[in-house]
Amino acid sequence: MELTTLLFKTIFLFIILLVTLVVAMYSTYAERKVAAFMQDRNGPNRAGPFGLLQPLADGLKMFMKEEIIPLTANKYLFILGPSIAMTTALLTGVVIPWGDTLTIGDHVYSLQMADLNIGILYVFAMVSIGVYGIMIGGWASNNKYALLGAIRAASQMISYELAMGMSIIALVLTTGSLSLHDIVAQQHGMHWNIFYQPLGFFIFLTCAFAETNRAPFDLPECETELIGGYHTEYSSMKLGFYLFAEYVNMFISSAVIATLYFGGYNMPFIDQLGLSSNAVTFIGMGFFFIKIFAFIFLFMWIRWTLPRFRYDQLMNMGWKGLIPLAIFNILATGAYYFFTSLK
Amino acid sequence: MIFLFYLLSAIMIVCALLVVFSRNPINNVIYLILCFIAMAGHYILLNAQFLAVVHIIVYTGAIMVLFLFVIMLLNLNKAIIFRKSTVTRVSAVVTGGIFFLVLLAATRQTFEIHAKYPFNSDIGLVSGIGKALFGEFLLPFEISSILFISAMVGAMMFGKKDE
Amino acid sequence: MEKLTNRSVVASDKKMTFMERIYVPAILKGMSITITHFFKKKTTINYPEEKREFSKVYRGQHVLKRDDEGRERCTACGLCAVACPAEAITMVAAERKPGEEHLYREEKYAAIYEINMLRCIYCGDCEDACPKEAIFLTDRIVASELC
Repeated sequence: MELTTLLFKTIFLFIILLVTLVVAMYSTYAERKVAAFMQDRNGPNRAGPFGLLQPLADGLKMFMKEEIIPLTANKYLFILGPSIAMTTALLTGVVIPWGDTLTIGDHVYSLQMADLNIGILYVFAMVSIGVYGIMIGGWASNNKYALLGAIRAASQMISYELAMGMSIIALVLTTGSLSLHDIVAQQHGMHWNIFYQPLGFFIFLTCAFAETNRAPFDLPECETELIGGYHTEYSSMKLGFYLFAEYVNMFISSAVIATLYFGGYNMPFIDQLGLSSNAVTFIGMGFFFIKIFAFIFLFMWIRWTLPRFRYDQLMNMGWKGLIPLAIFNILATGAYYFFTSLK
Repeated sequence: MIFLFYLLSAIMIVCALLVVFSRNPINNVIYLILCFIAMAGHYILLNAQFLAVVHIIVYTGAIMVLFLFVIMLLNLNKAIIFRKSTVTRVSAVVTGGIFFLVLLAATRQTFEIHAKYPFNSDIGLVSGIGKALFGEFLLPFEISSILFISAMVGAMMFGKKDE
Repeated sequence: MEKLTNRSVVASDKKMTFMERIYVPAILKGMSITITHFFKKKTTINYPEEKREFSKVYRGQHVLKRDDEGRERCTACGLCAVACPAEAITMVAAERKPGEEHLYREEKYAAIYEINMLRCIYCGDCEDACPKEAIFLTDRIVASELC
């Protein structure tokens, strides 16, 4: 690899990391604001103008709090849990195409860290490893509520991974590629996959809610039943990592949804404006982030609208509702492409 | 590359040994997971990205989660001292030894296979595997998929409440 | 029995219809309700900066007043303690010594005058009962360390 490319990739990696963390940080603020607005309240407005420094204050609080490791906990695994949760949450951002190519001097740089030819599956692999963060942390706490939360999380995530994978298979049938870069490139000019795969998008969205453990699927951490679920025994920054990983996951899954179904960095009518390629890249990147923020808002909107599902309802919906629907979607997509190819 | 190979191999061997010698069942499972992740690393070194990722999704992400699940539910967190009779021990050693011999024989064969089919860097990618599965190996592939379906149906029959 | 509101629904565990089972219409309905609230005017009053308008007859912190010459009006007659429905007021009376005329208006005064703020219900009966117009419930907010 050339030195300039290496340098660019390194800087770009740090920028992605920084942006992910900052967005996740301000998602906590946005969540509190959205919740407050939907309940006719004002939300945090004391720290800084409009309460904008609230996430910093919260972070500082998390660092300052006393760190408690229960005497009966398994110490190494207790620390390993939040580390895995945070690491896997951050690793996924590597394959997402944040923008088109950037031309600096003679060099053309792609605004995607790694264009794996199995990009979607990589996202999946990271999600499936993410379960361990919750399971190991919940078990190591040596607390029955934490264990129940961990077991719920694991069974929920395994159940919904299936439907999610099947909705992706239908998408792959239409795109013919597993690379996120190719999928985005194909959606250029309003050929967004949402128009070809509306049912698949719906299944994927539902499963994304379940995978990120957000309401209405927040059974692993429901306060009313499990006093916090898998993070009952956690305190200080280890708790912060768990809470933060949830927001990072929300950001990343919003980015994945926008990439797969809403054209990524593509925006309509950009070709007619006649801008230089770098300007198009930057506008596209901005548009991509607008899409991501819209989905983050959708996540919050649904969280503050719906009550939690009961556990049997959750399992019924996963196994008897979404999976048959996803299989039907695969069959319908396959049949469509089979019959159109006959002509 | 060669350094990565040795690093991953070392991790794999150490983790595999720890799986055998560790007393805590939860630790066993976690070492096995580490072992699997290192194995995925080996796949990536062979440019078999699809295999690596599917390996992580299926083995690390699904099967080992179920292992962990069962062990957590059984609450086997205390080290269990197995007391077995001498007959069991001797038969275990003999079985293990025979299995080791079989593996050794299989490893010797690989040199011939390697000479016959030189390394093809595209073999592990999606298109290569897809063409192989749906062309040359279509029948075994479909038979194994029927096996999976029947296993799923059977599990559902067991899970169904008596009415 | 007479219904308390016209919005009450009798709970039942009947089987859900298809539209109810797919959840989506109900979810969309709920989301439309929350989004209207999102843009509604907020009811919060940001307290130290904004203050709620008080009623003219608001009864807050008790104060024992002095007269125009700065002498205490209270004569420790005990009528307020009698009138108090919560029995929150206690007092110890004392006799005015010569040379203290500039401090107390009457010959008798309250050496200790205590209101148990945990018992006080801010009814204002003490204010009505006082013959000397000494005790008043002002519009001041009672500081939190007092009650």
